[in-house]
Amino acid sequence: MSATPDTPGRGESMAEGTTRDMDTALGPLLQGLFEQPVVARTLLDRIPLPLALVSAERRVVFLNQAACALTAMSRERAQNLPCRYVFRCSLCTGGCPLEVVDKSPTAAMAPVAREADIVNADRARIPVRVTCGALTAPDGSRVGYFETLEDLRLFRPAEARPEWPQGFGDMLGHSPEMERVFRLLPGIAQTDSSVLVTGETGTGKDLLAEALHNASNRAKGPFVKVNCGALPESLLESELFGHQKGAFTGASENKPGRFRLAHNGTLFLTEVGDLPLPLQVKLLTFLDDKIIHPLGSTRGVHVDVRIMAATHRDLRRMVREGRFREDLLYRLNVVRFHLPPLRERGDDVSLFLAHYLKVYAGMFGKRLAGFTPAAERVLLHHAYPGNVRELRNIVEYCVNVCQDTHVDLPHLPRYLLEESGEAEAHDGRGGPSVGPGTGQGGAAAGAQAPPGGGVGTADGPVGPVRMSVSGGMPGRTGWGTGAGAGVPGPAGAEWPEAGAAGADAGVAGAGAGRSGHSGHSGHSGHSGQGVPPAGAPQGDATWAEAERRLIMEALVRARGRRGAAAMALGWARTTLWRKMRQYGLDR
Amino acid sequence: MSSNDNGMVASRTGRSGGGTRGNVLVALHRDAVAPRFDRATEAWLGRIDSEGGLARSRTMVLANASAEELCRIILTENVAVVVCCGIEQEFYDYLTWKRITVLDGVVGGRDAVIGALLAGTLKADAVLGGV
Repeated sequence: MSATPDTPGRGESMAEGTTRDMDTALGPLLQGLFEQPVVARTLLDRIPLPLALVSAERRVVFLNQAACALTAMSRERAQNLPCRYVFRCSLCTGGCPLEVVDKSPTAAMAPVAREADIVNADRARIPVRVTCGALTAPDGSRVGYFETLEDLRLFRPAEARPEWPQGFGDMLGHSPEMERVFRLLPGIAQTDSSVLVTGETGTGKDLLAEALHNASNRAKGPFVKVNCGALPESLLESELFGHQKGAFTGASENKPGRFRLAHNGTLFLTEVGDLPLPLQVKLLTFLDDKIIHPLGSTRGVHVDVRIMAATHRDLRRMVREGRFREDLLYRLNVVRFHLPPLRERGDDVSLFLAHYLKVYAGMFGKRLAGFTPAAERVLLHHAYPGNVRELRNIVEYCVNVCQDTHVDLPHLPRYLLEESGEAEAHDGRGGPSVGPGTGQGGAAAGAQAPPGGGVGTADGPVGPVRMSVSGGMPGRTGWGTGAGAGVPGPAGAEWPEAGAAGADAGVAGAGAGRSGHSGHSGHSGHSGQGVPPAGAPQGDATWAEAERRLIMEALVRARGRRGAAAMALGWARTTLWRKMRQYGLDR
Repeated sequence: MSSNDNGMVASRTGRSGGGTRGNVLVALHRDAVAPRFDRATEAWLGRIDSEGGLARSRTMVLANASAEELCRIILTENVAVVVCCGIEQEFYDYLTWKRITVLDGVVGGRDAVIGALLAGTLKADAVLGGV
């Protein structure tokens, strides 16, 4: 067997090709195995194991498609970079197996294998088994190395999380709603049907998709995630479907696209509701034919990919508004999982509180035994419009601030205390309070940094910062402040019971028991119901008038204290604030 | 941990004219950006003044490579911009939550990175010389 260049004049070896164009480096043919020569690139790309060829100077010469997917790095970016910046392996700064290969006289015969982990360009830490060996020329001289990186995530779930009492994959929960979802997941995982995951922000849609992939027969294949809302349409098309060299200005290389990177695996389209209409057509075509058409290519490419999609939007409504194709909805909606919001998951709040307290206490090196009853009461009564993500950040905040053995009221974010009416009582007792701060705008809205007094640093991100409006959450990514921004209404009322209808956690109407808390998401729907709230005085012509009168009465009864008024109304304080502003009562 | 200058002045970031201002930390391994934030063995700390000049700098040698230790240093030194290559989402989120700009995916030698920082041209995923 020998490798020869496929074009005249390219007589360089692979190791010498570190500064060449990647396509040129991948041109060689394998000869002597078959009657006809085989293109090396095709062979290497179709090997499902992530594989890299590295020059003697330890610069990347070639990554196959599986390696591109694992490292989340394109060939163009990886080309000629020192391999430590491509793999970002824990062994790169000490104990590099290539050192062993260099020192071992038998390395060419027996490759060296080590277990380690990498941090890929998507910032994911992935346990891998690295196997590498030397590549030698016919005269015995060293020309480079090969490296394979076997993804070990599949083999380590139990080892990584032995303490998780109940759940599926990375998901936790023992509420009846989630147990129903967990029961269905293994069965659904074994099929190749398209899956649509819906639910409010922070409910774990991404985790569910990844757990499904890991439990499926495609688990050995790549799990490729694309945020449809993160890129403009023109870039997204190229990102998803790839392009041919010269397809447009600046397309200097062929690009495989995420569909091809996900070959034999799963493509997860998150925020699919943000997918532009022209791309919805292309996605539709793929779901029908399993063929993609890269930009500028005259030939379609067959790819074997399972599609999962997620959105927090109401796709039914978008269909009615002409912003989402109905036929695509039906193709995606073969199996639908609806993840219930945390406020409808009962005891799961306690489970998450205990879990994240343990996680963050361990992470920050603190000895925390739990929450005081008062703090626990506040935490259990909060509506969590940001769901698990909000709860996680609240606990992280508490662990940051708490210097005692138990998290108490002073360690909770101020907005929780205001919401529950504890703030006044607590301030009245003379306990430490979070001082007034500055509001944050833009994407950081909702972020609340730990109070400076609690941790001894007093400026910047750890200073006393509070939302100027209530509803600030210790968040990382600007959630809605409970004003219903982008949060769907009672989705179950909108969705057909299709496919794994049992997976629906029965959100429809489930908010009734805590209608006050769900006001942030569902009140827009109230106006259409035309039913005044219980206890509304008779004679009000419209819902708005009745509601306005109720708010006024509650405020009068509470002597102007909004926290107490909100509690009396059974609403979150943010909901009260929003409605007061809506009715002009805040002036 | 050792250092050759303890005169860092606390200040918050500001971005004017596209350049970095304030305290900057570059996670290093030997003379280049460390391939991973949690495997950095040294940290270069610099203060870039309002004129875009390097007011002062020092290199800290870390006793142990640790992302948590680096985060602690970043907070106590009031660092406004962190330059690194690979970083886990958890630490990236934590730092950005603390309103610290994280330029990750940066590949390059120490001098090249500092030069780009001072020139105000350094961006995430930049590939510079020196490696």
